[in-house]
Amino acid sequence: MLAALVIVFREVLEAGLIVGVVLAASRGVAGRGRAVGLGIAAGIAGSVLVAAFASQISNAFDGRGQELFAAAVLALAVAMLAWHVVWMSEHARELTQRMRALGAAVGSGARSVAAIGLATFSAVMREGSEVVLFLTGIAMQPAETAAGIVAGSLAGLALGASVSAALYLGLSAIPLRRLFSVTGILVTLLAAGLAAEAVHQISNAGLVPGWLDVTLWDSSWLVSESGPIGRLLAILVGYRDHPTLAQLAAYVGTAVTIFTLSRSVHRRPAALAVGRG
Amino acid sequence: MLVSMTSTINRRWSPLLPVALAVLGFGLAAGSPRALAAELAVEISIKDHKFQPATLNVPAGTPIKLTVRNLDDTAEEFESYELKFEKVIAGKQTAVVRLKPLERGTYSFFGEYHADTATGELIAE
Repeated sequence: MLAALVIVFREVLEAGLIVGVVLAASRGVAGRGRAVGLGIAAGIAGSVLVAAFASQISNAFDGRGQELFAAAVLALAVAMLAWHVVWMSEHARELTQRMRALGAAVGSGARSVAAIGLATFSAVMREGSEVVLFLTGIAMQPAETAAGIVAGSLAGLALGASVSAALYLGLSAIPLRRLFSVTGILVTLLAAGLAAEAVHQISNAGLVPGWLDVTLWDSSWLVSESGPIGRLLAILVGYRDHPTLAQLAAYVGTAVTIFTLSRSVHRRPAALAVGRG
Repeated sequence: MLVSMTSTINRRWSPLLPVALAVLGFGLAAGSPRALAAELAVEISIKDHKFQPATLNVPAGTPIKLTVRNLDDTAEEFESYELKFEKVIAGKQTAVVRLKPLERGTYSFFGEYHADTATGELIAE
């Protein structure tokens, strides 16, 4: 039962923290709750589908399928989070003013809401499929063991969701005038970390050239990626204790790209499309 | 200069940039000699939530294609912190894990779903 709790907790936390950050970063955007809800539902459905075809995916591309599929799902998340940060940098000021004046959410157009939903979908599907595969073993277990696994999984789910909710509430406590600068940085680092993870997956498929695949340093003596703090940092800001040159390049490249794009759109005057889309 | 350069990119397409870069990088990587390097095929099985054999001896400095046969009905997550991989293998299925050329040493691995019994190590020499 404890094993089930730990496994489900880890996976739920990994997806949940991303959802928590995305939710906090899109405060005041009308329809974000629905987008996140749909993203979670579609992510769970996707998890079941991915789990059902797990061996076909895994054996595709000479056994590289699972890694390449994960890299593609991660790339989708990176693109959607990048979109979100750039959009928010353009509209944050106006959103903040309207929220202060009206205390109401602002319509933001279908595309920015879709980005929130797709980022959620990708996070939930990636972690969810592992939970589904873990749970498929239940049916073959004796009833007593199965009951323990179900209880442990539910506890893990509740615990993971609680920690994610705590992060969201913590971020929401940030004063409105500072909120979007903080969440902008947070989502940028989150996206950079996911880009580095995508590169890690491609590297595990054996497709990163050797000179890019060299390990740059080992900081596991300081913060180990397998410890609780390292794990949390890995999820939120993409911490790696043995980063490779390719991972670092993906991380810095993504962060600089998002930062530069946000700065460049930030300068031009933008009108918020209220009620459109 | 970077700022002025990127500001000329239509902002409608701008979020697609990381994806374009990833695809480009992947294309470069896929065409590299690394992907073509000769791999040593090694096999391991999982039975009753235990690895068979529990100790794998492999040569150091050679890329390895490790085929894992899960003979159990339940799924297993084949994972190693030291070798930096994790791979879910459904019940009664086979999966492949690729290892870069290793330095001499002992690397531990385990099955995350049954970590109490599913443990093993890989010795590169």
